[in-house]
Amino acid sequence: MEILVCIKRVPLSGAKFSLTADGRDIDTSRLGFTVSPHEECAVEVAVRLVEQHGGSTTVLSLGVEDAEEQIRDALAVGIDEGILLVTDGEEWDAQATAGAIVDAIAESGKSFDLILFGNESADASGNQVGIRVAHALSRPTLSGLKGVQVSDGVLVGERPAGSVREVFEVSLPAVATVKDGAAIPRYPSVPGRIRAKKKPVHRSTPTRPLSLLAKQSVSVPESVGKQTKILGSGPEGISALVDVFRSIGVI
Amino acid sequence: MLLVIVDQDRGVLDELSLQAITFANSVDPSAPLVGLVVGASGREVADTLGRFGFTDVYLATAPDLNDYSAAACGRAAAELVSTLAPTAVIAIGSQRGNEILAHLGAILGLPVATECTSLSLGSPTHVVRARWAGNLMESAELHGSPAICSVVSHLAPPAAAMNQTALVTEFFPNFTDTDLAGQVRSRIAESEGGTSLADAKVIVSGGRGVGAEGFGPLEELAHLLAGTVGCSRVVTSAGWRPHAEQVGQTGTKVAPDLYIACGISGATQHLAGCRNSKTIVAINTDPDSPIMAVADYAIVGDLHQILPALVAATRTARGI
Repeated sequence: MEILVCIKRVPLSGAKFSLTADGRDIDTSRLGFTVSPHEECAVEVAVRLVEQHGGSTTVLSLGVEDAEEQIRDALAVGIDEGILLVTDGEEWDAQATAGAIVDAIAESGKSFDLILFGNESADASGNQVGIRVAHALSRPTLSGLKGVQVSDGVLVGERPAGSVREVFEVSLPAVATVKDGAAIPRYPSVPGRIRAKKKPVHRSTPTRPLSLLAKQSVSVPESVGKQTKILGSGPEGISALVDVFRSIGVI
Repeated sequence: MLLVIVDQDRGVLDELSLQAITFANSVDPSAPLVGLVVGASGREVADTLGRFGFTDVYLATAPDLNDYSAAACGRAAAELVSTLAPTAVIAIGSQRGNEILAHLGAILGLPVATECTSLSLGSPTHVVRARWAGNLMESAELHGSPAICSVVSHLAPPAAAMNQTALVTEFFPNFTDTDLAGQVRSRIAESEGGTSLADAKVIVSGGRGVGAEGFGPLEELAHLLAGTVGCSRVVTSAGWRPHAEQVGQTGTKVAPDLYIACGISGATQHLAGCRNSKTIVAINTDPDSPIMAVADYAIVGDLHQILPALVAATRTARGI
C-alpha cells in the first residue's frame, strides 16, 4: 500500500512564549523546531503499516525551506521520500493548506491508499486539514484515532470516548487523523540518518490564496503567571495543604 | 439566528455541549437559538432541549444512520444551514464538536475557527481563539457566512434549564455513503475501571520527578481524595504509566476541582491540559518551574518526602 503522511514544522515551545515586536507571531529566533506530537505518531503509524503490509511511504510538509529538517527526520525513521511545499513563512489557513496538499497529491501522480495527518497541529490547533483533504478527494475519513490497523483493504480505527473505545471501519482509500498515543515513535538510528540524506525530497512552491481565517495578532493569556501561595518548604507545608483540601471540600 | 450543534451519544446528552449554548447566548443574546441533534437515538435529547432556551430543535435521522458519524453530523448541519441561513454555527470544542465543524466547513467551502473564546459577528467576523491549546491567544478575521466556530471547553458554564419547550422538527438529510461509512461500528470497554480522567473531581498527577517506581503514594492520595492518577507525557513515553492517564495537549484535557502536580515541571503542552482545573497544587523541588506560574498553591520540596507524610495527614484528617 502507498501511504502519505502530512507533517508541520512547529517551534519547540518553552514555558511561556515571547512575541515578535509587531505582536503578530511568536518570536522563534531562540527556539528549536520539531513536528507536532500527533504527527510524530502519524509518521510511526505509516512506517509500521508498510513494515506489516509492504508498500511505500511519502512525507509531505507545507512550510519554510527549513522544514526540510522535519522531512529528513521522518525519512530517518523509515519514510521513503519527501515532498516539501515551500512557503515564505506567512501563515496558511486550513483551507489553503488543504488545497495545496490536494494539488500536490495530484502532481505526485500517486494514488495513496491512506493519507495520514495529526488530529490537530500543535500551533494553530485548527483540527481540520485532514478532513478537508478527505472531502476534496471524496474519501471517507476517521479522525482523532489512537489506534490504526489495516486489514483486507479496510482501515480499522479506534479512539477513547469516556469509559469506552469507539471502533470505526472504512474502506481504503481513506484519510485518517491520529493522536499522540496511536504508536510510540521510534528514535532514528545512525544508519537511518545517513540513509535519510540520500532519499529524494521533491519541492514545489505553491501560491498562497487569501486567508479566510486571517490571523491579525497574538497574545499570551493572562492566566499564565497567576499568584501562587507557597504553603511551605518540605513537610512543613503539609498541614496547610490539608486545610486547602478541607476548604475546597475534597475531604 | 444561531445554530448550535448539540452532541449526544446513544441517547445521552453531551454535557459539554451545554456550554456551547451559553456561549451562543453571549454572542448575540437577541438572536433565536436553534439546536441540531443528529441520530434517531437523540429523539429524547431533542425533546428536552427546549428548556435550555432553544426556540426550535431539528432532529436529523436516516434509516441507515444508527450511531455517531462526524461526517453525517456535518452533512446534517450543512443542510440546515442552507434552509435556515443562520448567522453562525456553534459547537463545543471537543473532539466531536471540532471534527463535525471541520466536515461542515469542508462541505460548505467555508473557514472554521476552532477553540474560540470570543466571537463578534460581522463582515468579517472577529474571533479570539486559542492556539497552542490555550497557551497563546489569536485575534483573527473570519470571512464568509455563516461564521463556523467551536468554543473552548470549560470557558462558559453549562446552560441552565428553564421551564420552556421547543418545537422539534425531524428532517432527513441526504447522507452520502461516505457520510454513513464513518459511523461508530462497535465499542470496547476500557480495561481500567475506576473514574476516567475527564470525569475525575480530583487528579493526583506525576511527572518525571516521581520516577518509575514512585507512583504508589500518588495512588494512595488519589484514593483518599476519591480521585484518580494522571501523569505527564514524559511518564507515558518512558512507559511508566499507560497513555490513558496522560494529561496534556496530546493526552486528556482535564478540569477537575483539584489538580495536584507532583514532580511535574509544567511543559507548555502539559499546562494546556490542566490549566482549567479549579485549584492547582504543585509539589516541586524547583520554585521557579513553569508549573508554579499556574499553581494556586505550592509546596517546595522533595515529593518523595512530602507525599508519604501528606498521605498520612490526609488519612488522619479523614479520621481513618
